[in-house]
Amino acid sequence: MTTIDKTAEVPSARSGDDHVGPLLEVRDLHVEFHTRDGVAKAVNGVNYSVNAGETLAVLGESGSGKSVTAQAVMGILDMPPGRIPQGEIFFRGQDMLKMSYEERRSIRGQKIAMIFQDALSSLNPVLTVGYQLGEMFRVHQGLSKKEARAKAIGLMDQVKIPAAAARVSDYPHQFSGGMRQRIMIAMALALEPDLIIADEPTTALDVTVQAQVMDLLAELQREYNMGLILITHDLGVVADVADKIAVMYAGRIVETSPVHEIYKRPAHPYTKGLLESIPRLDQKGQELFAIKGLPPNLLNVPSGCAFNPRCVMAQDICRTDIPPLRPVTERDGTDLVGRGSACHFWKETIHG
Amino acid sequence: MGRYVIRRLLQMIPVFFGTTLLIFLMVNVMGDPIAGLCGDRRCDPATAAQLRAEFGLDKPVWQQYLTYMGNVFTGDFGTAFNGQKVTELMATAFPITIRLTLIAIVFEIVIGISLGVVTGLRRGRPVDTTVLVLTLVVISVPTFVTGLLLQLVLGVEWGIIKPSVSPQAPVNELLVPGLVLASVSLAYVTRLTRTSIAENARADYVRTATAKGLPRRRVVVRHLLRNSLIPVVTFIGTDVGALMGGAIVTERIFNIHGVGFQLYQGILRQNSQTVVGFVTILVLVFLAANLIVDLLYAVLDPRIRYA
Repeated sequence: MTTIDKTAEVPSARSGDDHVGPLLEVRDLHVEFHTRDGVAKAVNGVNYSVNAGETLAVLGESGSGKSVTAQAVMGILDMPPGRIPQGEIFFRGQDMLKMSYEERRSIRGQKIAMIFQDALSSLNPVLTVGYQLGEMFRVHQGLSKKEARAKAIGLMDQVKIPAAAARVSDYPHQFSGGMRQRIMIAMALALEPDLIIADEPTTALDVTVQAQVMDLLAELQREYNMGLILITHDLGVVADVADKIAVMYAGRIVETSPVHEIYKRPAHPYTKGLLESIPRLDQKGQELFAIKGLPPNLLNVPSGCAFNPRCVMAQDICRTDIPPLRPVTERDGTDLVGRGSACHFWKETIHG
Repeated sequence: MGRYVIRRLLQMIPVFFGTTLLIFLMVNVMGDPIAGLCGDRRCDPATAAQLRAEFGLDKPVWQQYLTYMGNVFTGDFGTAFNGQKVTELMATAFPITIRLTLIAIVFEIVIGISLGVVTGLRRGRPVDTTVLVLTLVVISVPTFVTGLLLQLVLGVEWGIIKPSVSPQAPVNELLVPGLVLASVSLAYVTRLTRTSIAENARADYVRTATAKGLPRRRVVVRHLLRNSLIPVVTFIGTDVGALMGGAIVTERIFNIHGVGFQLYQGILRQNSQTVVGFVTILVLVFLAANLIVDLLYAVLDPRIRYA
């Protein structure tokens, strides 16, 4: 299988290490959950990579394995019931799955940080935001309470929370949704990590606040030249910030592409379906397209291509053979850099 | 906050009068207090009538209650029939019981919460199952059985402890009685903590704490335990009152001259002054403990506001 190639011109990694190659590289990652009803295969051979300063958007509906992949990268999967039977996750060239608990812990928060979806439940309700922000400095850098508090105020200023000094001893529930998400972002940024994983950072927010939060995230990413993995199911959010996109379905990457090309010419019927189900002004009054059927049950994934029961183009081969992620080319055979599709009929989809 | 406290204090007034009245009536139903004074023989009617008049027992009950409450508010809890002032009895009994209760509470907190955390984090494993079964045993066996058993084994057979506590009741002699007194609540605290920990361990903020790269210990103590203790603290708080009054059995077994012992003597000798006096104080302790617990809520969980 191919991994996503470099698609954006990015400055070299900022910290002085001699590692060349992608910042994070996930290779053939499998994650399964052992439940009472059987083994749920949540991730089945995912490959992706992110460079410094680059934004990878991972797109997919609920249960497609996008969050589970991210949690495996962070090392915060619940194990058991979770298990990683196969795969490698390289961070700066080192396989994190082979590291000790302590080694991984020192990477978490310091080198790779995560922003969670629902900031209200993701922040501890009984500790002040100042304490929760300052904790990063106290644990990882051994700062005193006072110094950590000063740093926390600085962080809150940086994510544009008004009157930071006055609000540092407030509790999460005293903030609005947008402000809470800013605090989550500040917490992830605290130690200036090399990579940030944002798991649906704007899902719980209203549209205007969504835009503000995304802008802030993009701005800070540029400033620090961080790698960013943006997990979302919102195609609209992706278009403005991402460099490249990976679309996931039933634990596999079904299409990869540089961001703008995917909107113009999707190479997988699932992506195509997703794009067609976005309401458009010029089609006002017409019935909105929807992908029929339901996402597959991970305990019992359909044979062949997992998407075949819902696919409009499905043929017999789709029910028997699992399509690998193949490079996508122009009609005349010239390479389309960074593009790949896991569909037997990608040619028909992109060129038809 | 201040207004809330005042409102709660005002609410306590009817509760206080209601409970004391109930106790007063119940003690009156208990039997003729004069009968017990003459020992095994029947009292001489003339003497009985004289005593009755002396103690005001010939007056109607409501009048007796009012007189009694009036005295209570001037600090006079009356005299026991042996001539000792009830307040004097209290002065010797309460420090001992408070000491015993404190020891029991410390056991509850230290052992109960530690066991709860350990089992809550290892749900379904052998440790968890073992502790669960043990707590079930402790809960289902009455205190007087565990108490007598420990007294017999540790005190009489092995001679590790004194089977009977000396009148001064020093702390080291109260350790085993304290454990007996705490046992049932300890089992409840363990179970309560376990459930609370197991529930919160899957909370989003615990995941965040892990993702921040905090050491496991810090995640558990600062983030998980801090949230999980809210229901436990409530239980322990209300338990303070229950333990102080509920030490009758334990104090009898180990011959501790505390509140429970005095109450028992009072009931046995039909000494209403002692019983009502002690119970009145216990009611106050219970009310105060409840108020403190309610106020602690706001300290533990900043989302709760009182107005």
